[in-house]
Amino acid sequence: MDRTEKNPRARWIWIALVVPYIGLLWLPFYNEGRPTLAGFPFFYWYQFAWVPLTSLLLYLVYRRVR
Amino acid sequence: MSGAVNWLALAIFVGFFALVTVLGFVAARWRAGDLHQLHEWGLGGRRFGTIITWFLVGGDFYTAYTVIAVPALVFAVGAYGFFALPYTIIVYPLVFLAMPRLWAVCQRHGYITGADFVHGRYGSRWLALAVALTGMLATMPYIALQLVGIQVVIGALGIGGGGGWTGDLPLIIAFTVLAIYTYASGLRAPAMIAFVKDVMIYIVVIAAVAIIPLQLGGYGAVFEAADRAFQAKGGATGILLQPGQYLPFATLALGSAFAAFLYPHTMTGVLSSSSGDVIRRNAILLPAYTILLGLIAILGYMAIAAGVSVKSPTDVVPALFIAIFPDWFVGFSFAAIAIGALVPAAIMSIGAANLFTRNVWRVFVNPAISPAAEAHTAKLVSLCVKSGALIFILFLPTQYAIDLQLLGGLWILQTFPAVMLGLFTARVRADALLVGWAVGMIGGTWMSISTGLKPVFPLTIDGTSYPIYIGVIAGAANLLVSVVLSAMLNLAGKAAALDETVAADYVLPRAPR
Repeated sequence: MDRTEKNPRARWIWIALVVPYIGLLWLPFYNEGRPTLAGFPFFYWYQFAWVPLTSLLLYLVYRRVR
Repeated sequence: MSGAVNWLALAIFVGFFALVTVLGFVAARWRAGDLHQLHEWGLGGRRFGTIITWFLVGGDFYTAYTVIAVPALVFAVGAYGFFALPYTIIVYPLVFLAMPRLWAVCQRHGYITGADFVHGRYGSRWLALAVALTGMLATMPYIALQLVGIQVVIGALGIGGGGGWTGDLPLIIAFTVLAIYTYASGLRAPAMIAFVKDVMIYIVVIAAVAIIPLQLGGYGAVFEAADRAFQAKGGATGILLQPGQYLPFATLALGSAFAAFLYPHTMTGVLSSSSGDVIRRNAILLPAYTILLGLIAILGYMAIAAGVSVKSPTDVVPALFIAIFPDWFVGFSFAAIAIGALVPAAIMSIGAANLFTRNVWRVFVNPAISPAAEAHTAKLVSLCVKSGALIFILFLPTQYAIDLQLLGGLWILQTFPAVMLGLFTARVRADALLVGWAVGMIGGTWMSISTGLKPVFPLTIDGTSYPIYIGVIAGAANLLVSVVLSAMLNLAGKAAALDETVAADYVLPRAPR
C-alpha cells in the first residue's frame, strides 16, 4: 500500500463515486414530467444532466488520487 | 420495409463497407508488433493511449445492436427502456475504481484475460475455467445479435432478407470479410475501424437529433405525441415510469452496470490500454457516448411522432431514417450501423478466443504450448466463434439469440465476486467463490426459466412481492455465499492456495508533483 491509501483525506474523496448511484437509482427523485427543459420532461433531462455531473465527480477524484 | 432496392443508398453503403475492409487489413501494420504473440494479436500489444482506447471501448461497449434495440424498446414501452441511461452512467465510477487495478495486476503478470487474473490470484484453475466458460457463453449470443443489427439494415436497403440462402448472402459476405481481417490483424483491426465507425455514428445521431425534431415540431411535440400514443395503448407503458416499475428499472440499471465490464470484449478493451491512467481518463471521458445513447433512445419517440409503423420494433430506426433522410444519407447512416456491428463483433470474438486459448487450451490440454502456437490457436478460435454465431443467426430464430443474450447478462454477472472481490482483498477463497458462482448460475437460470425468460423475477418477502432484475438476485446470493464460506474457511484455518500476486501489484504509480 502506498502512503496515499492510508491518508484519510485522500480516502474520503472516493465517496464521490457513490453519489451518481444515489442520484439515479432512487426513482422518486426524478420520475416527474415537470419542470420541462427545451421540451424534455424532467425525467429525461435529469438523467442527461447526470452524465457531465458524473464526469465532473470522477475528474475531482482523479485529481486527488492520481 | 422490403420491396424496391434503394440503389443510391446501397452504393454508399457498399462504398463505406469497402473502405473499412481495406482499413481492417492495413491495421496489421499499424503500430506493428509481432502478431505471433497472443498479447500482440489479442491485446494490440497493450499500446493504446487515451484517444484510441476512447474510440475502441466506445465502439465496443455501445454496439450496433444497442442502436437498434434501445430505440425499439423505447418505441414499444417508453420510459422503462431508458434504464440504459442510468446504466451507462453508473458504470463509470466502478470502471474508475476497479479497472485500473485490474490493468496493473494484469500488466505485471502478463495476464491477457480476466480468468488469467483469477487463476493467478486464487491459484485455482477450476475457478478460472468457470470464469472463462461463463465469459465465452455470455459472448456468443452477443456476437449473434450484432449480426441481427447488420441484418436489419441490409433488409431495410431492400436486399437480402428474402427466402432461401441467397437472401442471407450479403450478411455472409460481410461476416467473412470481418472474420478474415480479424484473423490477420487481431485487435488492431477493430481499433482502427472504431475511429471511422464512431465518427460516422456521431454524425448520424447529431443529424438525426437536429433535423428530425424540426420536421416534427420540436422536442415538446415529440414527447407529447409519444405520451398520447402510450395513453391510447395502455398497459405498462408511458413516458414516465409507473411506481411498480421503479424497482425493475433501478435493478436492471445496477445489474447491467456491474456486468458491463466483466464481458470479455469490454475487458479486452480495458486491458489493451497502455496504462492504468489511460483507463481513469477514459472513465471520465467515455460518458460522452452515454449522451449519444440517450439521444439514440429518443429516436424511439421520434418514430412514434413521425407515425412510423413497423412489423417488428427492431425495424424502427431504419424505418425512421428512410422516412426522414435523403437517400444518400440513409446509405451513410446504415453503413454506420453495420460497421458499428463489426467493431464489437471482432472484439468479442477476440476476447472469447483469448479465454479459450489461455484458460482452457493451455491449462487443460497443452500446457507446453509455444507463444506462436498460442497466438495461432486464438486466431483459429476467433474464426470458429464467428462462424458459430453466423450459423446460429442463419438457422435459428432471432428470438433465441435475444433470450440467450438476456441469460448471458445474468451469467456474466456471476463472475463479479471472483473478479471484483479479488481486486480488493486476498481474503476470499477459490472454493467459496466456485460454490457462490454455481449458486448464482443455477439459481439465476432457474428464475429466468420459471418467468418465461423475462429479465425480472417477483421476489416475495413477507407476503409482499418485489420485482427485481434476476441478475441482481442471483448475484447477491452468489456474493453472500462467497463471503460467508470464505469467512468459514478462513476461521477453520485451511491454507489458501498459492496467490502469485502481492498488494503492490494492484497499485498505480503516482503522478510526479
